[in-house]
Amino acid sequence: MQWETVIGLEIHAQLATRSKIFSGASTAFGAEPNTQACAIDLGLPGVLPVLNREAVVMAVRFSAAIGADLERRSVFARKNYFYPDLPKGYQISQFELPIVGRGSVDILLDDGEMRSVGVTRAHLEEDAGKSLHEDFHGLTGIDLNRAGTPLLEIVSEPDMRSAKEAVAYARKIHQIVRYIGICDGNMQEGSFRVDANVSIRPLGGELGTRAELKNINSFRFLERAINFEVERQIDVLESGGKVVQETRLYDPDRDETRSMRSKEEANDYRYFPDPDLLPVELDDAFIDAALTGMPELPDARRARFCEAYALSQSDAAQLTASRELADYYEAAVQEAGDARLAATWIMGELAGALNRGGLDIGQSPISAVLLGGLLRRIADNTISGKIAKQVFETMWSEGGAADAIIQNRGLRQITDAGAIAGIVDAVVQANPSQVEAYRQADEKKQAKMLGFFVGQVMQASKGKANPTQVNELLRRKLNA
Amino acid sequence: MSLERSDVENIAHLARLAVNESELDAVAGDLSTILELVAQMNSADTSGVIPMAHPLHMAQRLRPDEVSEIDERAHFQSIAPATEDGLYLVPRVVE
Repeated sequence: MQWETVIGLEIHAQLATRSKIFSGASTAFGAEPNTQACAIDLGLPGVLPVLNREAVVMAVRFSAAIGADLERRSVFARKNYFYPDLPKGYQISQFELPIVGRGSVDILLDDGEMRSVGVTRAHLEEDAGKSLHEDFHGLTGIDLNRAGTPLLEIVSEPDMRSAKEAVAYARKIHQIVRYIGICDGNMQEGSFRVDANVSIRPLGGELGTRAELKNINSFRFLERAINFEVERQIDVLESGGKVVQETRLYDPDRDETRSMRSKEEANDYRYFPDPDLLPVELDDAFIDAALTGMPELPDARRARFCEAYALSQSDAAQLTASRELADYYEAAVQEAGDARLAATWIMGELAGALNRGGLDIGQSPISAVLLGGLLRRIADNTISGKIAKQVFETMWSEGGAADAIIQNRGLRQITDAGAIAGIVDAVVQANPSQVEAYRQADEKKQAKMLGFFVGQVMQASKGKANPTQVNELLRRKLNA
Repeated sequence: MSLERSDVENIAHLARLAVNESELDAVAGDLSTILELVAQMNSADTSGVIPMAHPLHMAQRLRPDEVSEIDERAHFQSIAPATEDGLYLVPRVVE
């Protein structure tokens, strides 16, 4: 039987506010347990939540970024369940009237095709604390620092048909929330969490029963978890079984999903409007202020890069992957005056060095302006591409500007025809037997043998002779 | 709409309320009466009436995004039944 995979994602993006969504406790990551959990976060009696303006601003920005219907009036609701990392016995969330309504994002598939994925809704809610199940004499340890951290839960339509599409969509949302500065996107620290609802059905048939996959903390694991789960469900159905609706945890060590057996009850959350919070009402002034300073969005920037810098779709996509990288590229182009060269170097030399050092673009020891300065010297023929790589390495490890390094180390390219001719003569004189062999050879062989002489000249000039001139002068000399 | 004993048991369990076996029928009766009242209200024509999310006709006030709380862990943990390494300890929740 031909099976079709149906995937919908629920993404929890922690909003990059300083304080919590309903309290003035800090949201900084990595603090000592429970030192950032105040009376409101602990759900002590008599406290009242007060909504953080910035969290609302960020939701408005997200809404605009995905072209969604922004709800001018939204309502917080209590989602009731009992779990020790949820001190109040309910999570403040939004249910019937979420702040962000229907929107969509476009994803670029491997075959170069664009596909639109629907976003059903996005709502504001508070994060829960963390349960540590390691051994505390058979007890569970609870850290409530995370409790009350603002989340935007972004719910997609079941529009994706493969693990790859799901990853492309998740990456797209990740890119957007980082571009607009509402989430740091750190998956390791749990700032950006992806749950996948996965089901299979006979091609074009009725929707099947879905499993919800959790504990996925990288895009790579998202792809693997979905692929494993699809295979598992096919096995279950083809052996005459039934898929049960359940939550399954992905185990990256064993690359499998496992049913989560916990004491949590089947979902029955009995939502109702939270009487502690009034409806959120947004007027034009609030929305305008929230959208001030919205950056150019990734899709628009990619399109502009293709146009303005004559880049291919895939190069433009790579260079606009993050706002920091795109900013870096544009600053380098401005300095270098050569968009193509800047693209090649940033995606090649720089990306390689960053990768080896485990750094991201924001941590590059060579600033965009400095890299642009180096590229300008390639563009104006002061140095060859090969020498530029040496200069790059020096800039990387010791810092400094390209011009100073070129000057101090005498790396300026030799373009003086007389000087190059001198070196060429010396090389020809020093290698009489090779010269003889060259003159005896046919044209095809000569082309190969020329490399030997070029190498000698470049060595003698310490790589500084202009390669085009060297080739030209050698050919003339040898054929004389 | 009337509730069965099993409905009451389920609701009580979800709310972590202990309801005695002997009280179940009475509670089911009481709750059913409340639901009947709701059903009666439901029969009123409310087309054109905006759903009310809150009895006060006011909008939510927003606070600036500032850290205003200090660490009071020791104080809060002084009333906790069990703590260790700064964590609150609770009965194990995952099997």
